[in-house]
Amino acid sequence: MKEKTNSKPAYGYIAEFENATAIYHAAEKVRDAGFKRWDVHSPYPIHGMDAAMGLKKSWLSALVLAGGATGGLTALFLQFFTQVNLYPTVVQGKPTDFSTLPAFFPVIFELTILLSAFAVLGGLLVILLLPRLNHPLLASKTFLKFSDDGFIMSIEARDPKFSRERTKELLESLGATNVELVEDEV
Amino acid sequence: MAKGTTDSKQTVHPSEAPGVKREALILNNRSMSWITDRVCGIVENRQPFIWWILFVPSVMLAACLGYTLVYLVSTGIGVWGNNQPVAWGWAIVNFVFWIGIGHAGTLISAILFLTRQKWRTSVNRAAEAMTLFAVVCAGIYPGFHVGRFWMVWFLAPVPNSNEIWQNFKSPLLWDVFAVSTYFTVSVIFWYIGLIPDLATLRDRATTKVRKFLYGMFALGWRGGNRAWKHYEMGYLLLAALSTPLVLSVHSVVSFDFATSIVPGWHTTIFPPYFVAGAVFGGFAMVLTLMIPIRSLYGLQDMFTLKHIDNMAKIILLTGTIVGYAYIMELFMAYFSGNKFEGDAFYLRIVNGPYTWAYACMFFCNVIAPQIFWFDKIRRNLVVVFIVVMFVNAGMWFERFVIITTTLSRDFLPGQWGYYSPSWVEWLMFAGTFGLFMMLFLLFIRFLPVIAISEVKGVLPESDAHYPDWQKLKKGRVGADV
Repeated sequence: MKEKTNSKPAYGYIAEFENATAIYHAAEKVRDAGFKRWDVHSPYPIHGMDAAMGLKKSWLSALVLAGGATGGLTALFLQFFTQVNLYPTVVQGKPTDFSTLPAFFPVIFELTILLSAFAVLGGLLVILLLPRLNHPLLASKTFLKFSDDGFIMSIEARDPKFSRERTKELLESLGATNVELVEDEV
Repeated sequence: MAKGTTDSKQTVHPSEAPGVKREALILNNRSMSWITDRVCGIVENRQPFIWWILFVPSVMLAACLGYTLVYLVSTGIGVWGNNQPVAWGWAIVNFVFWIGIGHAGTLISAILFLTRQKWRTSVNRAAEAMTLFAVVCAGIYPGFHVGRFWMVWFLAPVPNSNEIWQNFKSPLLWDVFAVSTYFTVSVIFWYIGLIPDLATLRDRATTKVRKFLYGMFALGWRGGNRAWKHYEMGYLLLAALSTPLVLSVHSVVSFDFATSIVPGWHTTIFPPYFVAGAVFGGFAMVLTLMIPIRSLYGLQDMFTLKHIDNMAKIILLTGTIVGYAYIMELFMAYFSGNKFEGDAFYLRIVNGPYTWAYACMFFCNVIAPQIFWFDKIRRNLVVVFIVVMFVNAGMWFERFVIITTTLSRDFLPGQWGYYSPSWVEWLMFAGTFGLFMMLFLLFIRFLPVIAISEVKGVLPESDAHYPDWQKLKKGRVGADV
């Protein structure tokens, strides 16, 4: 951290908490204070934190459903179109019409799973706006404790409720052991 | 992750509830930073000398695999010992063997996740890595077994030059889809699980190269709860997708056999029997790898005797299912009154060229694991290791018995023959073990062998309603490092 903090705009505050319980209760207070652009960074997902932060259920499942449906329909089309319409090949005297549907199930199943899995990976990257190789938070030594045993809350300066003085006071009153102002990159 | 207590003031934390006292998953009251240090230390410090002792021969064996493959392609498929009547030979034996080993990894990562078995967290990373490397070894065989390797693109759903498409009604084509989907989904599952741990390695990295590489693969993970929310949903969905997938893969492999009219193969018991066998053999391989690793890298507090005990129980269960399937096959051969089925099993068990292989298989797979009924045995590392070695061998013999005994005795005695592998097949099989070990050792060297973030999530204090912070702090004095 350089001393000349005034020259760069602030990204926001980060506050370190002692343990999962402390940050859980702090999150409830920050949620009730009406903040919108803030997050709780922890080494593992804390059970119940979604409710403490007032977050809704993830909508990734909707994307995955769409991915799975695409996969299943693609496989159905691929097999029917090639085996029944385009070039019906008679192998071992088996029919080439709708009655062979059961034989197409394994490939339909596999492609459904495959495209669903692609949707999980792609959906996660899109929703989380990853990959992002640098971030203002990653410049802070305190913040990097999140991947070891630190429980860090971040409140962004973009939040309409943000104020340099009052937000800091709020975080300290919630029991944060260490409050730090993080600069933005620009 | 945590158990469902909502009010910390009145309720007792589940880990201290009277009645059922569960064995701790992480021993010696270890802290989160201890877990990080211990697991990341494997990647950050110099490898023990034994790592090199294992790595160098593995690379040499893997090179032998490369050599045999080049020799095979440049000379012709005749360098293998398989011929009529045994057209499948070791290529398919080893394919089924390796693909089966992979199943334990997916079972641990997916099915045990859905059933909320928390002990999986210490094992799943290594088991999933094992899955990937086993599937890599498996994939080599059918690719080269097609004979003309440069025509292997025929397997893909692309029409050939006469505009004829693949036969989608063939189990062999289902297999292509099943195995390639299995590999791809396993890679995605493994990688998504790795992201938080790669971030841990990134944040601890001291050199520029490490910072760049781990940073790149960690994708900028910042562990925010807004990200964890979607991450957990994604992980749950992948587990839910992988569960039927893993059951389907070995079922489809068994269709290669079961949909034919060959006596000894044409049975409905094959899919469940293959899946149980795959899980059985896979767990044996997980234990084969993890028992040495835990003592070599000092992971005894995370990968405890309870884990070994649990896996031994699964081996006992699946081994018994496999034994049931063996006996049921015999019963159906008798009960169906089918002369050919009856003869196939008579030749397999009583008086055939490969009766010795059947005896090996039956002893290793059905009798040897029965020793796991005893509590003390399941926690005796030496005995467990010996038994899982038997299981590894037994599951290989199972595939050998199914393929060679059946094919060597066809409907007409005039077609009967005896199959023995050529030196190329021996070297190739040894080479796949070299490749497998090489990849696994590199995995230990560069990636965390234990899922750090998941293990932290099963510590008692990971619960936001953990009541005893003060007691924990006092208890940790001196135990922290």
